[in-house]
Amino acid sequence: MSAHSAGIARFKWLIPATYILFLMLPIYWLLNMSFKTTNEILAGFSWWPSDFTVDSYVIILTDPTWYMGYVNAIIYVTLNTVISVAFALPAAYAFSRYRFLGDNYAFSRYRFLGDKHLFFWLLTNRMAPPAVFALPFLQLYSALGLFDTHIAVALAHCLFNIPLAVWILEGFMSGVPKEIDETAYVDGYSFPKFFVKIFMPLIASGIGVTAFFCFMFSWVEMLLAKTLTSVAAKPIVATMTRTASTSGYELGLLAAAGVLTIIPGAIVIYFVRNYIAKGFALGRV
Amino acid sequence: MSTLELRSVTKVAGGETHIDAVSMTLEAGSLNVLLGPTLAGKTTLMRLMAGLEKPTAGNVIADGRDVTGEPVQKRNVAMVYQQFINYPAMSVYENIASPLRVAGADAATIEREVKKAAELLRLTPYLDRRPLNLSGGQQQRTALARAMVKKAGLVLLDEPLANLDYKLREELRAELPRIFAESGAIFVYATTEPTEALLLGGNTATLDRGRVTQFGRTVDVFRAPVDIVTAQTFSDPPMNTVAAVKQGDRLALNTGVSMPLRAPGLADGPLIVGFRPHHLAPSQTAPDAVPMAARVIVTEITGSESFVHLAAGEERWTMLTHGVHDLDPGTELTVWLEPRHLLLFDPSGRSVASAAHAARAA
Repeated sequence: MSAHSAGIARFKWLIPATYILFLMLPIYWLLNMSFKTTNEILAGFSWWPSDFTVDSYVIILTDPTWYMGYVNAIIYVTLNTVISVAFALPAAYAFSRYRFLGDNYAFSRYRFLGDKHLFFWLLTNRMAPPAVFALPFLQLYSALGLFDTHIAVALAHCLFNIPLAVWILEGFMSGVPKEIDETAYVDGYSFPKFFVKIFMPLIASGIGVTAFFCFMFSWVEMLLAKTLTSVAAKPIVATMTRTASTSGYELGLLAAAGVLTIIPGAIVIYFVRNYIAKGFALGRV
Repeated sequence: MSTLELRSVTKVAGGETHIDAVSMTLEAGSLNVLLGPTLAGKTTLMRLMAGLEKPTAGNVIADGRDVTGEPVQKRNVAMVYQQFINYPAMSVYENIASPLRVAGADAATIEREVKKAAELLRLTPYLDRRPLNLSGGQQQRTALARAMVKKAGLVLLDEPLANLDYKLREELRAELPRIFAESGAIFVYATTEPTEALLLGGNTATLDRGRVTQFGRTVDVFRAPVDIVTAQTFSDPPMNTVAAVKQGDRLALNTGVSMPLRAPGLADGPLIVGFRPHHLAPSQTAPDAVPMAARVIVTEITGSESFVHLAAGEERWTMLTHGVHDLDPGTELTVWLEPRHLLLFDPSGRSVASAAHAARAA
């Protein structure tokens, strides 16, 4: 190795380190702010809190108008994740194992084409911004008496999450050879028994990744969640838009709420990080 | 199961005929080889026998009972695939035990049967492992053990040795008949290799594009193929063919060679002549062997044998001969063929040689 390239090798760490620094900076700043008083935040630039305080966290964790935001969000996010995975499992299995469109004589040459389009159409549901659906959902749910309920938000998010869940799960399922299904039938398993006992353990990581993506979308989505709720099911992201109160801007409080909002996602990512890599390898995540 | 009968079973999918009116009866305790090239319909035929697919037309009769519409779970079958198919999330023990568990066998029976099968297939040290942590041979033996403990009346083996390396294949092929010998089940074994069919013995059905061209004792099918397609299917390397004209007791090959032919009762006229690669010889093998001129295209040497690809007139032939023959491409050569080894077919491909003649030919 020449002296020159040895010199380059010595600074190899520099680029990723810089990158990570840039990524971490906003998070650090949020954390920094959450331990300051609003006055200190507004007073000027400082790298760390001079007047360290956890008051903001205390307020959030004791005031129901704040902490119920987290509870509400967790309720509808969990509901949504369960519904999405439960519906996507059979749908993805059908896409991975059967041919529907034109599996007959007349259309046989188009059957692959047909299925591909149906599959793709599912995904196009994700292409419209949620704002497009805010008005119809609001009107529909108000008429049905679902306004300001957890299930309303959970169902609205299904529009985006089920197609994604089908897409991801189909990738994992198609990685399992069809012969395993058949071997199970030959062994005597009925379809439901095979699906639960043999098949689901084989795609467990896929189910984990799918649940993660449903969770993440539902957790960060704000527009629909805010539109479809008022008090009883109001999520934290909506609460956080309350930037000003009678005492003026409460930036410290907002920062603390932000930090607490990051935590659940970080925990979930930690648990599924290895599976996500597998999903990337399949080209489905 | 004492008999399995297929009555003009046909399978059409996507406008293509995969299985074309196949009728055959398989007896208990018999080993039946389905021999044919890839895409001949071996797997589809097995899936129809198992009940994994429903025939478009025709009936499947097990023990005199029509089971055509019955799902595979209700049929008494076991199947082993070419790919090593096991349940990756279960241990080898649980894999083998799986059919017994579904059938609701008691713990003692399961323990006994799994241990017995594992012992026979030399899997005992690996019972706690996951299948994917085993070698290919061990994985396939796990699949075989699972098929064995089920004690099914019909055991379907779809090219079970094709994905194994040479040594393991030899080993397992010798074990297979022994493993299943005492069960008295009907065995169906699909393979693309004529050698494998001959080594296994039993009966052979030759398949060509979804049709069973011939079904009978393996040696009979090999010695007396009913048509040229069967002969081609049951020959590795491929059988050599040449068009010829019979006139009296002479046969004129269209490569220009004429040879004597004793085939009483056969009318004069055009024929297709077939002969196996190992019947061509680089030296005179018998007093009545006929010399023919040929040119070497390429030689493949396997060690104990040499495959010499030849051009004789317009025809392309293969000679399979003992020993190492390192012939340069383009070498002019005289090859010898005994007339008694000829298989004779009419121009439409049906065998016209008498059985006695055919028996001599092999």
